[in-house]
Formats: sequence, C-alpha cells, structure tokens
Amino acid sequence: MDKHFYADLYRTMYRIRTFEKKIEEFSLKGEIPGFVHLYIGEEAIATGVCANLTHQDYIQSTHRGHGHTIAKGAQTDRMMAELFGKKTGYCKGKGGSMHIADFSVGMLGANGIVGGGYTLATGAALAEKIKKTQNVSVVFFGDGASNRGTFHEALNMAAAWKLPVVFVCENNEWASTTPYQTTTSVKDISVRAKGYDVPGVIVDGNNVLEVYEVSKEAIDRARKGQGPSIVEMKTLRIKGHYVGDPEMYRTAEEVQKRFRENDPITRFEATLLENELLSRKEIDGIIREIDEEIEAAVKFALESPFPDESELYDDLYID
Amino acid sequence: MREITFSQATLEAMKEEMQRDDTIFVMGEDIARQGGIFGQFKGLPDDFGTDRIIDTPISETAIIGSAIGAALAGMRPVADMHFADFMGITMDEVFNQMAKIRYMFGGQTKIPMVIRAPDGLIRSGAAQHSQSIEAWFNNIPGIKVVAPSNPSDAKGLLKAAIRSDDPIIYFENKDLYRQSGPVSEEEELLVEIGKAKVARAGTDVTIVSYSVMMNNALEAAEILEKEGYSVEVIDLITLSPFDEKTVIESVKKTHRLLIAHEAVKKGGLGGEVAAVVAEEAIDYLDAPIIRVGAKFTPVPFSPTLEEAYRPKTHEIVDGIRSMFI
Repeated sequence: MDKHFYADLYRTMYRIRTFEKKIEEFSLKGEIPGFVHLYIGEEAIATGVCANLTHQDYIQSTHRGHGHTIAKGAQTDRMMAELFGKKTGYCKGKGGSMHIADFSVGMLGANGIVGGGYTLATGAALAEKIKKTQNVSVVFFGDGASNRGTFHEALNMAAAWKLPVVFVCENNEWASTTPYQTTTSVKDISVRAKGYDVPGVIVDGNNVLEVYEVSKEAIDRARKGQGPSIVEMKTLRIKGHYVGDPEMYRTAEEVQKRFRENDPITRFEATLLENELLSRKEIDGIIREIDEEIEAAVKFALESPFPDESELYDDLYID
Repeated sequence: MREITFSQATLEAMKEEMQRDDTIFVMGEDIARQGGIFGQFKGLPDDFGTDRIIDTPISETAIIGSAIGAALAGMRPVADMHFADFMGITMDEVFNQMAKIRYMFGGQTKIPMVIRAPDGLIRSGAAQHSQSIEAWFNNIPGIKVVAPSNPSDAKGLLKAAIRSDDPIIYFENKDLYRQSGPVSEEEELLVEIGKAKVARAGTDVTIVSYSVMMNNALEAAEILEKEGYSVEVIDLITLSPFDEKTVIESVKKTHRLLIAHEAVKKGGLGGEVAAVVAEEAIDYLDAPIIRVGAKFTPVPFSPTLEEAYRPKTHEIVDGIRSMFI
C-alpha cells in the first residue's frame, strides 16, 4: 500500500469526525432542525468498508448515516446544506439528516426506519446479478436492527440466490437507549450467519486497517458471485442516540474512558507514526485541509437559500 | 374484434413490455413454475427465462423491498403479491420506502415499479384472501393506485403502469380474471394513468365506480334506463390520485352522485370522492350523495354470509331511485 492509501483513510476518518462535531454544535444551537444521529467513534467502519468500493457499487445506510455518505464520496458542502434544510442540499432540503443520499456516488440513502435498508440493498444486488456486472452492494446496520424481520428475509433471499451483497453490522452496543444484550438472543450478531449458511466474522471496528482487510474479503467474495456474508464490527456509540439525548441510561465517565482508550482516529494516527506510514507533518497537513473544507461547507450551508414554498410538490411524481 | 380474458390480457401486456424493454423483470411467489395462482404469468419463463421471471421465497417484505432496491439500480421490476391481502406484510416498504424515496431524496432517483395485487371476493376466500384494500393507499402521497374493470383496460393499464416512472399499485380483481371482452391487437394499446373514462354517457345521475363493481354499475344503468333514467357511469381506473375533473364535470351536468365499490363502504374511496364533490360542486347537487360498498365486517367465509357482505346491483338501483322521490 502506498502513502496515498493511508492518507486517504486518515482524511476520510478525520473528515467524518470534523463534520460530525460541526453538526453537533449547530444542532445544539438549534440551527440544524430535526433529529440528528452522530457517527463519532465509529468512523473506521464506514471508512474501511467504503475504501473497497467504487461509485458503481452501492451502499444502503442507516439513520446514523453521515459517515457512510462521506466515506462513499459525497461532498461535505452539499451534505451540510441538506442538514440545514437548504435548497442546495443533496435532497433540495426534502430529506435532512435521516434521509441524506448521493446517488451519483452509489449512496442509495440513509433510512429513518431501523432495518429498512436490508431488502433495498438486496434488490440492488439482484439487479446487478441480472445485469451480469461485478458490482456489489453493502448494507450497514446496527446491533438493534439485527432484530428486525427484514434482516431474516433479506439475508435468506441473498443467501439462497448468492447475491452480491455484504451485511456490515456496526455493533455499537446500544439499540437506541437500550443495551443490545438485554434484548438480543446472541452476544455476537455474526453468529446469526450460521442460520443462513453464510460466513460471519467479527472485526475490531475501531481498527480501520482491520476493517479494510476483512471487509475486502467479504466484498471480493460477493463480487465473485459467492454470495453474502455478515461482517460484524465491534465498536461503541460515543454520543447519545441523538443530539440532545440526556443519556440517563449510562454514565459519561464510562463512555469517555473507553473512548480515550479506543478512539479509532487516535489509534490510527499512532499506527501511522509508529510504522512511519505518514509523518506528523503530513497528518497535520490533512487536518488543516479538512478543517478548512468543513468551515467552507458550513459557510456554503449558511449562505444557501431555503427552498421556496413553490417547491413543495416538486419530485412527488414524474408522469 | 377478437375477445380474450382479463387474465390473457395481462399476460399479453407482460409479454409485449418484456420484449420491448429488458430491464423489466417479475418476481413473486409461485409465478415461474406454476404460472401464478390465477395463470396470469403462464408461459412467461419459456419466453424470458427464470432470470427474469423469478420465484421468490415466501417473504413479501423482501419481495417489495428488493423490487425497490432493483429499481434504484436501474431496473423496472414488477412484483406480484399473490393476494392483495398480503400487502399488510409489506407496508413499511410500500409507504415509508417506495412512496417516499424519490421525494425525500429530492428527485435524485425514481422507482419505476409495479406491484400487482389480486384483490376482491372470490368464492369463499374468507377474511384474509378476499379484501379490497385500495383505500389504504389513497392517503399516501408518492404512489399511484390503478384498477382496471375489463380485459382491454387490464392490458392497456398494465402496459402504461410498467412504462411509468412512478411506483404503481395495480389492483386486479380475482373475479375478473375469467371475464372475456374485446381487446385490440394493436401493440400500443395504452390506458392513460390519472384519467377516468365515461363508460356510459347519461344526463340524470352519475355513478362513479371501478374494478369489478363496474359490472354492477353498468347493469344498474341498464335497469334504470328502462325506467326512464339516463345514467352516466364513470370508471375511475386510476384510484389515487383520482381524476377529480371528470367526476366534477359529470356531477355538474347530472346533479346526482352515487359511488359504488366492492371494498368496505366505511372509510372507503367513496368517502373521498364524495368529499371532493361536496367541496367543489355541492351547489349543483339535487339529492344527497349515496355510497354503496361492502358491510363493515371482515369478509365472512360461508357463502350465505359472503353474499350478505357483498355490495349488490339492487343497492345501486334502489339508491338512485331514492334520489328522485
């Protein structure tokens, strides 16, 4: 792997973190309307998985979808504008945080319905199989979403037909405000793969290089027509379920302690420096570049107009 | 003109469209090997192979969800629901995904898919295999709902639905499958979506109906004609969003309105048609609006009870007579 590979991974992770911090700030100030779910602490997953994908491949995201969208290649200025409800946003202000999408890069949408993405990703994979391409589709889902019936229906269909779709579980331990272990029959979601006769593997979801390597195997397998797999990324949700969540169900100390010890960005930075993959100077250069990019994205969003009332019926029907 | 059945008409529509456009494929339960439980897919795998006529697992949620996903990836899927009643299993995919995706993503994509949903009473199918559920979807912006009442429209409407870039639910009444009627052999037989048809012109009263109940509406018009009433019968064809203009124009001419459908009367589409007419043309009415629909019970099993549940021609006839007293 060359320098660019590592620099790109770092850039994407830092871009997601910086974007999310800005979103949190403006959301708390009340300037970003609606419900917002942050991806802070889980950046390595979207980054490592999407590094294996082209724009012809698809992803289906979740309600916590900013990270996936950025990692798939969307522009942060148009994302920021969408979250502010502006006309210049990806969805012209009709979607917001929970319905962010960029079809031009194969990002088929965040989904406000937990577990809503599996069947859609499976269908996109079916289409690619019918078209006889090598493209794959990836569906991100949480530990909580693995208890939806859609998980079963989609995984069975994908496995029965050997469809090119990869099921990436982001096990961040929290199903909204409930610890997943209190409502879930298994500790490791990936063991559910056995019921469908597909591979199920566990990955340290805060180690971007491990995420990249293991998801590569699953994605390559899908590309070769060998069918779906479950890749379970162990991670931790650092922020509340949504911005403004009082988090009465856990202590901040416990979360912060684990974050300090296991921040995916700090860890990757240490790996990069230790193995001389990137220099301090190079890392600082990326940080400066992204800080400027996100500032510019905020400026773009703030200066953009809101949609006009006359746009209410736009894009409802085509014919 | 040659006569074919409603079922054969839909089969011709599928064949012609699938030959024309290879992004069209069909998925559903028991459609490839069995040809559909009503024979409406018979022979299609011989022409198009099992890559395009796909037998699915019994997973209605995954059928609709994956059809949506395939549409996002550039295909034009047709998803068969076996029985319309089974759409209850798919409701998140229908109303939160299929109906919303284009709008909430700001027009970045389109969902050119058709859900074929066989509905209506059929010889003691009972509570879970006999319903007419079109009213559920009337309240959901972002989808279109259509229902043909005869073989010719069945063909033209299915072809138009497949060609449309909007997501469409195509209700096909099970009792109509074996009904024969004239169908043109012209390739471009298309029925315009969003437009109602005046099936029979008249001047004294308007009946608005659709699907299988059109048979009753036309029969009632014949009976009333002999009594001296000139009855206009409108076939809605597109149920949501429905053609308000054609209905209002007719009522302004006839000054009387009766709406008839096989679905349960309470909360049915008739209420919406009545409300629109009340809002737009109440001053033109010379009599109260009457709705004819099924009783407010689940569909009962026993033939005698099923008959008691079913809306009938004489209810339309009696309703219209009462408008002139």
